[in-house]
Amino acid sequence: MTSADFSAVLPEVLLALYAMAGLLFAVYTSKDKAAPLLTWVTAGVFVVLAGIIALSGGADTVAFNGLFIEDAFARFAKVTILLSGAGVLAISVAYLEKRDLLRFEYPVIVALATVGMMIMVSAGNLMTLYMGLELMSLSLYIIASFRRDSVKSTEAGLKYFVLGALSSGLLLYGCSLTYGFAGTTDFAGIASVATEGEISTGLLFGLVFVITGLAFKVSAVPFHMWTPDVYEGAPTPVTAFFATAPKVAAMGLFARVMFDAFGNVTDQWTQVVGVIAVASMFLGAFAAIGQYNIKRLMAYSSIVHMGFALLGLAAGTEAGVSAMLIYMAIYVTMNIGTFAFILTMERDGQPIVDIRALNLYWRNDLGRALAVMALMLSLAGVPPFLGFFGKFAVLEASVNAGHIWLATLGVIASVVGAYYYLRIVYYMFFGAETEALDKPQRSVAALATLIGGALMLIAVINLFGVGDMAATAAESLVR
Amino acid sequence: MDNLLSIITFLPAIAALILAIFLRGDDAAAQLGAKRLALFATLATFVVSLFLIAQYDSSNTGFQFVEQAEWIMGFQYKMGVDGISVLFVMLTTFLMPLVIWSAWDVKLRVKEYMIAFLLLETLMLGVFSALDLVLFYVFFEAGLIPMFLIIGIWGGVNRIYATFKFFLYTFLGSVLMLVAMIAMYVDAGTTDIVTLLAHDFSTSPITVLGMSLTGGMQSLAFLAFFASFAVKMPMWPVHTWLPDAHVQAPTAGSVVLAAILLKMGGYGFLRFSLPMFPMASEIFAPMVLWLSAIAIVYTSLVALVQEDMKKLIAYSSVAHMGYVTAGIFSLNQQGLDGAIFQMISHGFISGALFLCVGVIYDRMHTREIDAYGGLVNRMPKYALIFMFFTMANVGLPGTSGFVGEFLTLMGMFQANTWVAAIATSGVIFSAAYGLWLYRRVVMGDLIKESLKAITDLSLREKAIFAPLVAMTILLGVYPSLVTDVTGPAVANLLENHAAAVPADLAAAPAAH
Repeated sequence: MTSADFSAVLPEVLLALYAMAGLLFAVYTSKDKAAPLLTWVTAGVFVVLAGIIALSGGADTVAFNGLFIEDAFARFAKVTILLSGAGVLAISVAYLEKRDLLRFEYPVIVALATVGMMIMVSAGNLMTLYMGLELMSLSLYIIASFRRDSVKSTEAGLKYFVLGALSSGLLLYGCSLTYGFAGTTDFAGIASVATEGEISTGLLFGLVFVITGLAFKVSAVPFHMWTPDVYEGAPTPVTAFFATAPKVAAMGLFARVMFDAFGNVTDQWTQVVGVIAVASMFLGAFAAIGQYNIKRLMAYSSIVHMGFALLGLAAGTEAGVSAMLIYMAIYVTMNIGTFAFILTMERDGQPIVDIRALNLYWRNDLGRALAVMALMLSLAGVPPFLGFFGKFAVLEASVNAGHIWLATLGVIASVVGAYYYLRIVYYMFFGAETEALDKPQRSVAALATLIGGALMLIAVINLFGVGDMAATAAESLVR
Repeated sequence: MDNLLSIITFLPAIAALILAIFLRGDDAAAQLGAKRLALFATLATFVVSLFLIAQYDSSNTGFQFVEQAEWIMGFQYKMGVDGISVLFVMLTTFLMPLVIWSAWDVKLRVKEYMIAFLLLETLMLGVFSALDLVLFYVFFEAGLIPMFLIIGIWGGVNRIYATFKFFLYTFLGSVLMLVAMIAMYVDAGTTDIVTLLAHDFSTSPITVLGMSLTGGMQSLAFLAFFASFAVKMPMWPVHTWLPDAHVQAPTAGSVVLAAILLKMGGYGFLRFSLPMFPMASEIFAPMVLWLSAIAIVYTSLVALVQEDMKKLIAYSSVAHMGYVTAGIFSLNQQGLDGAIFQMISHGFISGALFLCVGVIYDRMHTREIDAYGGLVNRMPKYALIFMFFTMANVGLPGTSGFVGEFLTLMGMFQANTWVAAIATSGVIFSAAYGLWLYRRVVMGDLIKESLKAITDLSLREKAIFAPLVAMTILLGVYPSLVTDVTGPAVANLLENHAAAVPADLAAAPAAH
């Protein structure tokens, strides 16, 4: 262990120390009264760390004898995770405060989950992988049941925990098989065993179980069952968090394992990933048709989007990884904007999740109705909005890798998906006359929706270099 | 001016932005302001576009007024027009002020209505002048959004069904085209349309689901583009969204839909399918010809039994678009010239017919044919106008409708005599439904109580119809106005086509 090792993990260490210090500070001072302040400070810390990581740049370092990899790929994923975490914290303060849910543990646990995610995307070894994954998962189980007095929230937490533990078990089983047949837990070591044409059956089994465990974390079909229930049961700000940062981390980890450990045998896993990608896109698209609960709808929507991101991964190429990263960055932007809107859906001060309540919302607040329309059409992948360009990148990588049929199935699923996104637009702009939602107040969430909607168009004119950064990141992963 | 096309394209969008940001309130004064600004913006666009046509050099078969700039993700912003697209740009800028003016009596959310139409104009102009695949696709698809809202918010009773059907139908066709576009991008390494036009896409047979497909990649890409353009056109049997959309759309929406949006399909065939996949066009031309023949006869017969005026005209549109597709896939000079001519002419005539329906719908609030009869007694001027456009729709010599039908039929005759013979019978059917509609609505005695107080055309309505009448007659007696512009471009297209096909036939003898 050298000081270089520590400088590589400095952001993670700092964030972990901050989380512990924050916990102590709140416990020994005013407890929940400090919660709003702590939440804002945490969001600020996330942004500062993201800035440091983005600007640090430099060469790729492998620290702690290959346990921890700090490269452009990890940096891209970490910046996305931190910024989306900050965004979710910012939009959730008002909602939680209003419902007396804002406890000081919330930002602390989010920070700890984020540490886990950062470790995940930097993992260079099956041990690091599992450590990061469990730190994230355990934190997420807790905040899923954050609303202790709500049956649904508790149920969501329990469901998530049981199924999550099962998937962790599957993942561990895969890891042990891989270790048994490769003789090492180090990704580079596994890669040297799993070379082209000579992968042993045992290693293949290990690979499949690892994919299973990771598919659960990104909520890809057929390991998606927990998603709608957990999304629905968890408090909305927590749902917003689930839909963004952990998804990026899990996709990052997915790419990391596939390329660093099994990069020489892409043929072995691209077909598996391709199948779960297509299955996710179709199931998500069809299952959401009948949904009126916007949180469940967003759960199915996230399943579809993970399918698309996996389609990029299934290409098994550098362009595929780059497309996946662009897609995830766009995906979190769209989701934060949308969830910011969901957080402000209220009637008589009570949160509403039924999309039929949105009837003729545009008479109430044209600006945000237009912003939500932009977000929905962007989620559906309709040009000229940003979501289309994410889809384009993924499809291009997919076609380039010869998966033209996967791409065709993907776009057909996106037409089915367009129906339910359009239905939200329909309720907002030409639904029936019903009792209107409350007039929105000025809040961070309201502003975030507007910014999100505007970004869907502005970023089409100028992507602010995200495309180039994703390309660099993919280059560092796929060597 | 170097960026004339961009100015034309984005002028309406800028006006929409100004409306959205600076115009407040929804009282009568604000509404009038919104309408005036929209009318002014569309008129200004038309005036600027006159400079475009004035400076256009029709002897040059390449792209003119080309602009190019870097865009995101390695794409480029590239605009330009040639003999095929310049007239569609003119058609759009010419019709939009009339469309805006025809919507003068709208009371619901006028500002938003105007914004939707202004954005739609930008997107339509973008489709006709984009020279980059992705840029084209963005304009092509984004046009669905304002139309979705126009039908959905300002449409009739059954508008929700119609607008969803419209959106999803066209979206499904387009996403297949998107995959083909990406495959072209991967194959040629660029999304630049000018380069792609010169690129030879592979025609070596490929195996799909165990069957060998003649024409290979060209055939697949052709079919994918066909899925999009055939729906947009619309061709039989994927035309069913159009009658629904037309019936439910407000008058101005119907006019835009029939006069301009449908032309995007035909333009797509001319810009992409024919020149980029010459071999596949040759292979699938008989199929398209027969589909067009069926469309002409079948939809004409369907039009005959309609009870809703708008639906009747919608089916008539499908039949007339059948001439266009048949003309395009005749693959000869007359057919292609005729197809472009028919599209331009149909833009004036069908637009005017929908306006005619709009005139009496505004007064009586029904489109049922049975609710009318004997209008000539109270509305002689209206009867004259309606007569004129019915005749033009039938294809009476002296109107532009005749030239389009005659040229396309002549093209068809050279390609396939039977198709031409069947399509010609469509001319008789169109006379049947057109004249019968006219007789039931306008002729006879005015016996219905509700019609006793109906008023004739107002000054505004007359002023809207005047330019349409003028253009219909002008193009009818002097068709060279169009064919002089399109001729060289079409000849060039056919030359390249002829050069590409025998070479491919020689290269892939096993396929035949």
